Amino acid sequence: MKPIDFRTNPESYHHWRLEIDADVARLIMDVSENDGLFSGYELKLNSYDLGVDIELYDAIQRLRFEHPEIKVVILESGKDQVFCAGANIRMLASANHVHKVNFCKFTNETRNAMEDATEHSGQVYITAIKGTCAGGGYELALATGYIILADDGSSSVALPEVPLLAVLPGTGGLTRITDKRKVRRDLADVFCTTEEGIKGQRAKDWRLVDEIVPLSQFDDCVSAKTRQLCDNRSDSSDQQGITLNPIGREISDSGITYSTLHIAVDRNNKVATFIIDGPTDYADLSLESLNQSGDQFWLLCLTRELDDAILHLRLNEPELGTLVFKSMGSIAAVAHYDAFIQNNLDNHLVREMVLYWKRTMKRLDLTSRSLITLIEQGSCFAGFLAELVFGADRAYMLEGQHEDDEREPAALKISQSNFDLFPMSNGISRLETRFHSDTERLKPVQKTIGLALEAEQCETLGLVTFIYDDMDWDEEIRIFLEERASFSPDSMVGLEANLRFSGPETMETKIFGRLTAWQNWIFQRPNAVGEDGALKRYGTGKKGVFDPQRV
Amino acid sequence: MSIDKISYDTLIPNNVNLSSDRRVLKALEQWHPQYIDWWKTMGPDGFQDAEVYLRTAISVETKGWAKFGYVKMPDYRWGILLAPQEEGRKIPFGEHKGEDVWQEVPGEYRAMLRRLLVIQGDTEPASVEQQRFLGATAPSLYDLRNVFQVNVEEGRHLWAMVYLLQKYFGRDGREEAHELLRRRSGDKDAPRMLGAFNEETPDWLSFFMFAFFTDRDGKMQLESLAQSGFDPLARTCRFMLTEEAHHMFVGESGVGRIIQRTCETMQQAGIDDPFDTEKIRQLSVIDLPTIQKKANLHYSLSLDLFGSEVSTNAANFYNASLKGRFKETKLTDDHRLDNTTYPVLKLVNGALTMVDEPALTALNMRLRDDYVDDCARGIRRWNKIVANNGVEFEFKLPHTGFNRQIGQFANVDISPQGEILKPNDWQIARNNFLPSTDDGEFIALLMRQETRRGKFAEWIAPPKSGVDNQAGDFEYVRLS
Ligand SMILES: [Fe+2]
Ligand SMILES: [Fe+2]
Repeated sequence: MKPIDFRTNPESYHHWRLEIDADVARLIMDVSENDGLFSGYELKLNSYDLGVDIELYDAIQRLRFEHPEIKVVILESGKDQVFCAGANIRMLASANHVHKVNFCKFTNETRNAMEDATEHSGQVYITAIKGTCAGGGYELALATGYIILADDGSSSVALPEVPLLAVLPGTGGLTRITDKRKVRRDLADVFCTTEEGIKGQRAKDWRLVDEIVPLSQFDDCVSAKTRQLCDNRSDSSDQQGITLNPIGREISDSGITYSTLHIAVDRNNKVATFIIDGPTDYADLSLESLNQSGDQFWLLCLTRELDDAILHLRLNEPELGTLVFKSMGSIAAVAHYDAFIQNNLDNHLVREMVLYWKRTMKRLDLTSRSLITLIEQGSCFAGFLAELVFGADRAYMLEGQHEDDEREPAALKISQSNFDLFPMSNGISRLETRFHSDTERLKPVQKTIGLALEAEQCETLGLVTFIYDDMDWDEEIRIFLEERASFSPDSMVGLEANLRFSGPETMETKIFGRLTAWQNWIFQRPNAVGEDGALKRYGTGKKGVFDPQRV
Repeated sequence: MSIDKISYDTLIPNNVNLSSDRRVLKALEQWHPQYIDWWKTMGPDGFQDAEVYLRTAISVETKGWAKFGYVKMPDYRWGILLAPQEEGRKIPFGEHKGEDVWQEVPGEYRAMLRRLLVIQGDTEPASVEQQRFLGATAPSLYDLRNVFQVNVEEGRHLWAMVYLLQKYFGRDGREEAHELLRRRSGDKDAPRMLGAFNEETPDWLSFFMFAFFTDRDGKMQLESLAQSGFDPLARTCRFMLTEEAHHMFVGESGVGRIIQRTCETMQQAGIDDPFDTEKIRQLSVIDLPTIQKKANLHYSLSLDLFGSEVSTNAANFYNASLKGRFKETKLTDDHRLDNTTYPVLKLVNGALTMVDEPALTALNMRLRDDYVDDCARGIRRWNKIVANNGVEFEFKLPHTGFNRQIGQFANVDISPQGEILKPNDWQIARNNFLPSTDDGEFIALLMRQETRRGKFAEWIAPPKSGVDNQAGDFEYVRLS
């Protein structure tokens, strides 16, 4: 089967139109029925599948990097009568579980990216709804900062998953109506069990939308709101966008090669080893060189490639259960890159790179594979790159030198950025999460900022799991990887997800840790996906048959 | 070649290329001094400077595995010797049956294998600790030398397990190797892992019984591990078995010589009734019923070492192709045990009943059955000595449910004959089943050191032939 490709650009979109007008962008959803990712279903009524989301994700990314002048992004429908009918039900009914889970996860991450842009990039997303806005369509609206609903007696918002399909509004829906929109729980209960949804004044009264507008005034109101939001934003017209050119990659049996990243695949042990090609020098690191390099700037290049690789492995290589991270390059150079971004956070492009690295690290946290980082001689885990160490399920560090390797012993460098710039979905840094916000353990770590820490120090500080010398290294790593591959993939996923996200709950952690977990459970249950389940029976005219037992 | 390498290869006879194995050498550099320290504090008490006529294995060839000579025990050359590698050996059982044997630890089974090694390894030094005071009451130089021979070989068995831990299990293995020296028999804080290895060995009859019954459990365990798909373990155990056979010889012949002495003394004194304990004891020999009670005790303690009759662990070890059955390769079945059953003696509604259990989970029971057969053969040889002396007495193995702490019969009182008794009745009859305090005190009175050349304590007959064909008055131990 052809691998699912996450690389696209506006010229190749099937389902969206991106219109730019000065500081306002319109993202018009106009799903092409016959361009679904797989055969066997038609994307009627602006329903979507993963392919539609891939384009949406691309558009959000481009708006941030290519169009810093944009202040407001309006989501609207290109079809009459319908805004969006949500995820395509026939697609859901026919997709295998692995695909379904990964599809929902990516959808959630894309919605989070809209909120991240609204909050941190000065690009506010708003939704203008005419027609039906149901299920995943309304969940999409929920991820924007402001919802305007046409008050025409037929336009409505709805979360019909429960009554219609016996599943949940699982891509953020339940969490966002309560935690974000503060809808009262009993009203939310009514709303989520009412198939046809809620319209007009009641939708506003219940806080399901922010504004209702008569059809005749709809466009004017949207414009007015847009203007108001733009005026509240600081002027960013001097900031230059860059172009995100297509990511080059070569896939073979033995791995994937990008420009700053190589992934070696070991199917026997079900391991994908990421080897990050770090910088070797930092002589001309400056804003000028950054602007000149554009998307070829090492950090941006790496982030895009890493992002693409993670998504590729998630969807196309479900059996590679362990991701091993290694890096090669000058640790001093990476530390300079780290200092450079810290010193230039007011630069649009720098800020976007930081945010993108943050999101990519979150994507890794949410990747249901064992994450293992190996710190060896010649590796360059410093600052932002060290997030791969702190975010790993286990990190191993070589103590001393290999017998035949003259290079300096392996080192690790912590920076202030590890504390400030890359919070996890729980809202705190990986280091803080690692040490459970225990200042007793965090303080000594903070004191080492900027120092090249060798294995023993890292072990003492609790930054790595185990250190091994040259004599033990190969054997210990081999045995560990073999052992990992022998465990049940399900229990590994469950174990890792539970251990990764200690600390506070946030809307994000609730969505991924609670809502999706429930949704994925329901997706496995006969009431939804059994032969007589509601999802399977959808469209046959027959209702689903339920096992009455509450579990 | 560095000095280290030279000294290590002479110091430690081995067939594993020790001098070129940086990793193991480094680990041994740490462990070796700790081991010598352990030997000096926990090894034979009062004989560290004595010169003992010991056998040292310096290679696995027939010529090399039994080199005799005088040596001070702390200078003994504990070697690392594995039986020769069999070309093209295939895994003989379990899920991986038919695959090439593993020369490296499969990551999947690292934890399981490590546990097997640690459990086996823990028993080896334990008996040295249990037997450390026996020298003070040795009945002869010949016996003194024998207990020391057993001791140094148990020490070598510890080395064998430690080598595997250090060679194949990295840091965890090194830590476990250290722990093997930290745990001590009978220690309140860090005892040995298995019950029988925390019991005292108060006298020489106990020692011989231990060598007969408990070392035989060791033999059965080694036999099953010698089948392992992890080839270094299989080879190690195969070589250990040659030494273990000698330990059982010491036990069986030791008890045999005591029986011999008792019977011939009874004959000379004209005592026909073997149960006329008082009269017999006046002759300073140990009466046969007391010997039977000692056998009852050591047999039942050793049965506990086989673990629960029905055991998931045993099933896992087998299925993972790590620990096989006694004589696995000689058995004719599928060597997977997917669908077969094995009869297990159980307590069902208060009655002893044979119940068919899945053969995979009944492996402990099966190994125990093989062990019982093996013990019975030795008992028959003891009875032959009794009969040859014209005494009417028969030694019997007690029922497998007698005096058990582990498994099906842990909470039920069963007599040596296999009747289920009320707890009270069992307590009343206890001193007929197991050695009493009086029995112990009587034996203790007999235990007096005899170190004159060619002399033996009055309660034990001399052996038929000497060690290494030495004459009867050979000086097996030169006391300093
Ligand atoms: Fe042994
Ligand atoms: Fe032994």
